[in-house]
Amino acid sequence: MLTLTCPVPLAAGDRVLLGHGSGGKLSADLIRDVILPAFHNPVLARLDDQAIVNINGLRLAFTTDTFVVKPLFFPGGDIGSLAVHGTINDLAMGGAQPLFLSAAFIIEEGFAMEELRRVVESLQRAAADAGVQVVTGDTKVVEKGSGDGMFINTSGLGLVANGMVLSAGQARPGDRVLLSGPIGDHGIAILARREGLEFEGALESDSAPLHTLVAAMLATGAAIRCLRDPTRGGVSSTLNEFAVQAQVGIEIDERAIPVHEAVKGACELLGLDPLYVANEGKLVAIVAPADAGRVLAAMRQHPLGQEAQMIGTVTAAHPRLVTMRTLVGPTRIVDLLAGDQLPRIC
Amino acid sequence: MCLAVPGKILETEERDGLRIAKVQFGGITRQAFLTFLPEAAIGDYVMVHVGFAISRVDAAEAARTYRLLESVGLLEGEQAGGE
Amino acid sequence: MKYIDEYRDERLVHSLAAQIARRATRPWNLMEICGGQTHTIMRYGLDELLPAGIRLVHGPGCPVCVTPLETVDKAIEIASRPGLIFVSYGDMLRVPGSRLDLFRVKAAGGDVRIVYSPMEAVKLARAHPDRPVVFFGIGFETTAPANAMAVWEARRQGLENFSMLISHVLVPPAIRLLLGSPRNVVQGFIAPGHVCTVMGYRDYVALCRDFYVPMVVGGFEPADLLEAVRMLVAQLEDGRAEVENQYVRSVSYEGNLPAQRIMESVFEVCDRKWRGIGVIPRSGLRLRPEYAAHNAEQVFAVGEISAEEPAECISAEVLQGLKRPTDCPAFGRACTPENPMGAPMVSAEGACAAYYHYRRHSVAEAGVC
Repeated sequence: MLTLTCPVPLAAGDRVLLGHGSGGKLSADLIRDVILPAFHNPVLARLDDQAIVNINGLRLAFTTDTFVVKPLFFPGGDIGSLAVHGTINDLAMGGAQPLFLSAAFIIEEGFAMEELRRVVESLQRAAADAGVQVVTGDTKVVEKGSGDGMFINTSGLGLVANGMVLSAGQARPGDRVLLSGPIGDHGIAILARREGLEFEGALESDSAPLHTLVAAMLATGAAIRCLRDPTRGGVSSTLNEFAVQAQVGIEIDERAIPVHEAVKGACELLGLDPLYVANEGKLVAIVAPADAGRVLAAMRQHPLGQEAQMIGTVTAAHPRLVTMRTLVGPTRIVDLLAGDQLPRIC
Repeated sequence: MCLAVPGKILETEERDGLRIAKVQFGGITRQAFLTFLPEAAIGDYVMVHVGFAISRVDAAEAARTYRLLESVGLLEGEQAGGE
Repeated sequence: MKYIDEYRDERLVHSLAAQIARRATRPWNLMEICGGQTHTIMRYGLDELLPAGIRLVHGPGCPVCVTPLETVDKAIEIASRPGLIFVSYGDMLRVPGSRLDLFRVKAAGGDVRIVYSPMEAVKLARAHPDRPVVFFGIGFETTAPANAMAVWEARRQGLENFSMLISHVLVPPAIRLLLGSPRNVVQGFIAPGHVCTVMGYRDYVALCRDFYVPMVVGGFEPADLLEAVRMLVAQLEDGRAEVENQYVRSVSYEGNLPAQRIMESVFEVCDRKWRGIGVIPRSGLRLRPEYAAHNAEQVFAVGEISAEEPAECISAEVLQGLKRPTDCPAFGRACTPENPMGAPMVSAEGACAAYYHYRRHSVAEAGVC
């Protein structure tokens, strides 16, 4: 009466899925299988958030990012300010001083001029506040139905000091993992606007430029191995990327991870894990053990690092895997998700 | 299965013939239907599943059983020589 | 968060584990039915806190995983129709059908939307009177009242464009099947706390009596599950077989009567095929004939889709707790969450997916994969 059954596994797809853009396993597969093979060069192969190139002795950091966020306006920011912060942060994670940005707009026919003005003004304000100039750009309009309102691409140029090398490959067993503050704010703020969740108090996106926080950390002279901002895919993606790139294991402690009450409530309700929710104003740092305390203190002096925590350690055990000591004691894996994390009812 | 989360009723109203509550979960609020809990009132904690309240948390009972849990735990700690 | 955080208290959890260790004098096999309970166990590593002889076996409590292949194929067929809005809980989007899943239908241009509550699907139907809106109503008894309300409301509002594709499953018949199997190894059950919140635990009394197996209605937080285990072990050590309620803050003997009434008026019991197990008589719910106009299967005349499922994986044995995911030769190799071969790998609550997601490192160290 009982039968053994199982479905045939689905063949690797012939279509790009939303999950390919989520920052998880599918994204990694897409990059590895389709993008990387087309471009052979050692800079790209490092897969850092920014490329550091040498031009006649001057070290330039160069990066690009495209912003497709929906809704366009959300608590704590909009696509314009996000586009500035995101690219500044990619530069900052390489230890670069961000200097110049480009901004390219792809706008859907019929988009409200008033909203376009708001986005542009917000973008300009974010750049000015960060001390960065938007020096070139482009505008395209696509037919109604092709554009989802608006997409923005920003590319950034920054200067990197000689001798400054920040790369995941430098992480080694014993190093400490630092997190600059509570996680999940941005992703939950976006989701809440879409789902109609209301908030007590202001829960906003944490979208912010991190270059001055990074500068404060670097100024301590500590041995900082690498930095990364945990955007899509959350802290989990960033830690897994570090583990794979450095061929090390990472162990974190759930008790040390800060989460705002509102984010926690939303995650409980929707069955989401904050470790996988996007952030836009946080960074993860791997630091030599002797210097970790000093760097943490410097972070806590800075407005964007006041709730910074030491959350874990790099280990030689289980290379390429990230594990977490759970709230109640035992350890489990912090896996890389396949695609986007989905709200669940189960 | 069956992710249901406890939240506190802050407000109730009637909309289109259905009773709805504004429920607080940690630092957020969301609406939930009170169709299955006609007696639920402001200040009550309810378990919410897919937008519907399915039970009212019996606060007294919960407190009593939790105290029991804790006290046996304390006893356990003493017997084990403290943890 | 109240009624959550205090049940995740580390000292409390450890004291419960210690109590279990002191009470257990022999090995016992316990099963938790509910996927949400499996999720908590794996996510917090609770099984590692139990004494070696107490084995937690993960039951078929994942309505996503056990949704029959034919139903998923029907959903995909309907969702692929142009102009139609197909609405589903998030869990179902990655479940593979015979050839596609709903995510891929979305990628190919289908209007597939995720909602948190079925009432949002009703709202969509009201907002788009010119387009058919189909809601994928899956779940156990916990979700049935909400799904029933959606259909009831749609009918009351005269939303002719709204229909539901129903695939509800009931827990007690599945337990009866497991317990009746000659290969059953389960000696005690943690009954699903939110199913029982709706239905009460009257049905479990009959099961307990018929098979003389202890049952404890358990909650979903670490302290709830360990307390339920403690209560089961105490019964087993005493030679008792009763139904006890650990989850008193949410569950009563009678359950939620208004919820049961709406289920009764909208649904009727039917036979249901469980993916990975087969047909279990009277284990499902379907819409009553008076709701035919809102029954997607009839509205869209999808007909009988027959789906071939080659027997290659050991899903059925895992779902009954006869084998562990790690006993399967395909686990972690041919069968992963990205390429699931069987029901328990499909959703995060399935036993295989939970093992893979949370426990791969110890499995790797043991040299299994």
